[in-house]
Amino acid sequence: MSAPHPRPDADSAAAESAAGRNRPRRREGAAWVFLSPWLLGAAVLTLTPMLVSLYLSFTEYDLFTAPKWVGLDNYVHMFTSDPRYWRSAVNTLLYVLVAVPLQLALALAVALALNSIGRGKGFYRSAFYAPSLLGASMSIALVWRALFNDGGTVDDLLSTFGIDMGGWVNQPGWALLVVALLTIWQFGAPMVIFLAGLQQVPHELYEAAEVDGAGRVRRFLSVTLPMLSPVLFFNLVLQTIQAFQVFTPAFTVSGGRGGPADSTLFYTLYLYDRGFTASHMGYAAAMAWVLLVVIGIVTALLFRSSRSWVFYNDKG
Amino acid sequence: MVAVREPVPRRRVDWGRVGLHAGCLAALLVMLYPLAWLIATSFKPADEVISSLRLLPSRLAMSNYTTALEGVGGVSVLRLIGNSLIISTGAVLGNVISCSLAAYAFARLRFTLRGPLFALMLATIMLPQHAVLIPQYIVFNQLGMVNTFWPLVLPKFLATDAFFVFLTVQFMRGIPKELDEAATLDGCGPFRTFFRIILPLSRPALITTAIFTFIWTWNDFFLQLIYLFEPEKFTITLALRSFVDTSSQSAYGPMFAMSVIALLPIVLFFMAFQRFLVEGMASSGVKG
Repeated sequence: MSAPHPRPDADSAAAESAAGRNRPRRREGAAWVFLSPWLLGAAVLTLTPMLVSLYLSFTEYDLFTAPKWVGLDNYVHMFTSDPRYWRSAVNTLLYVLVAVPLQLALALAVALALNSIGRGKGFYRSAFYAPSLLGASMSIALVWRALFNDGGTVDDLLSTFGIDMGGWVNQPGWALLVVALLTIWQFGAPMVIFLAGLQQVPHELYEAAEVDGAGRVRRFLSVTLPMLSPVLFFNLVLQTIQAFQVFTPAFTVSGGRGGPADSTLFYTLYLYDRGFTASHMGYAAAMAWVLLVVIGIVTALLFRSSRSWVFYNDKG
Repeated sequence: MVAVREPVPRRRVDWGRVGLHAGCLAALLVMLYPLAWLIATSFKPADEVISSLRLLPSRLAMSNYTTALEGVGGVSVLRLIGNSLIISTGAVLGNVISCSLAAYAFARLRFTLRGPLFALMLATIMLPQHAVLIPQYIVFNQLGMVNTFWPLVLPKFLATDAFFVFLTVQFMRGIPKELDEAATLDGCGPFRTFFRIILPLSRPALITTAIFTFIWTWNDFFLQLIYLFEPEKFTITLALRSFVDTSSQSAYGPMFAMSVIALLPIVLFFMAFQRFLVEGMASSGVKG
């Protein structure tokens, strides 16, 4: 690109004021150029679709004929006379409540173990992380279904202990847990984040605590946990938001239909079913908006609660 | 990392360590069992798949793989992998380019509305994709792009994965300010500063973005399920779907052979880039 701009009319005061005016303005222009793909994406693929989706949620729309305004019908139907909707909402909530805390607890436990293991830490870290990348795949979901199926390894193992389940995947009471276990199995991503957070806890704090006579448990509760709370909060928000949207494992474990007896009919699975199988796009849009609002409320609650338990170290 | 961190007397550390190693190894064995089972089963002859509790097959049955190579619905595995590759590579290019551009503006340039727009970008990280899914589908449908790869690639060129914008912003903020001040003094405008100084220095963030985009796009199922319906256009992930409906256990061998094939690129990526992956993940959660 070009050399510095020469200023031919080099009256120094004028040049200075020109520079003073032009420099920031030029930067401003450049910023918008750099930002333009994102701006276009945000406008065309995020904000407008959100509004359109809100509009569609008040209509009946099958993709082929024009949307028909039905007011609050979709929402009313959803909340008052669609048991499958409630089933999917309850399933998803149950799943979030089971999978996220267990996954984070496991991630924290393993991170604590690895943090004091010394030699071999890098190997363990990578090995425990691997399921987080592979587990999101259809391949692993298929493995999961086979392992927990009637005659699968888990089932066989349990029957040698005299527990005859006849396959978890086929039991309405247990199929949800199979999906949750697949999520918990992928504790590697939050674990890696915990581990990075643990490395930032100042060592002096532990020494001081020990001088004060704090034991292991006390040190964990009074030093590690508060210092780790921002990271814990980050993991909690991220995993919760993701868990609300789980799809692939539910789709796969349930044979694509949310069975048995709708026990793995997750929210997004039902949304897919309404919108793309049954062609009720308006209804699906309404479902999406309720999901958006629920995730928004849950996130806001988490943020609000964080004031009382997340400790920010100003030193950073 | 030479210093011993645990402030506990030496003898107890040793036993604690042994216990920790034993515990971690045991946990790893349980955790990696499903992967071992997947690989073993993909080589099992049909009669051993369900009847035998043993992990290892008595003889290697390559027939599962020859069946898997034929593909699904008359579409060969090579074609399926090719489709997956096209989509994943396109997504990688799109994300790396568009996210680094936006990140540079947010991290290094001053402009009006910077604060509000940054907040908006952060908010979209939390936005569930379903909230925009249906209108996006309608738009791509109107444009005649349903059943093409465009809906899966085009949004990436518009920095819709805000997570990576955020990640790159965080990284670029760590680059010393003096560097671009020096570049400005040398007469570099923002464009030259970006291409010559910031972009090369941001390589770790760009590599992280590229690797995660590749793996997540390769693994993605939901969007592919919605946008692609002709077997010719199927990705390897989508092809596996045909095994979801059939619970017949006779297809187990080929099904898991194909599962292994579908996982292979991810495993290779993981082995090649695990340092970047693990550190990229770690850096997303710490420091603000």
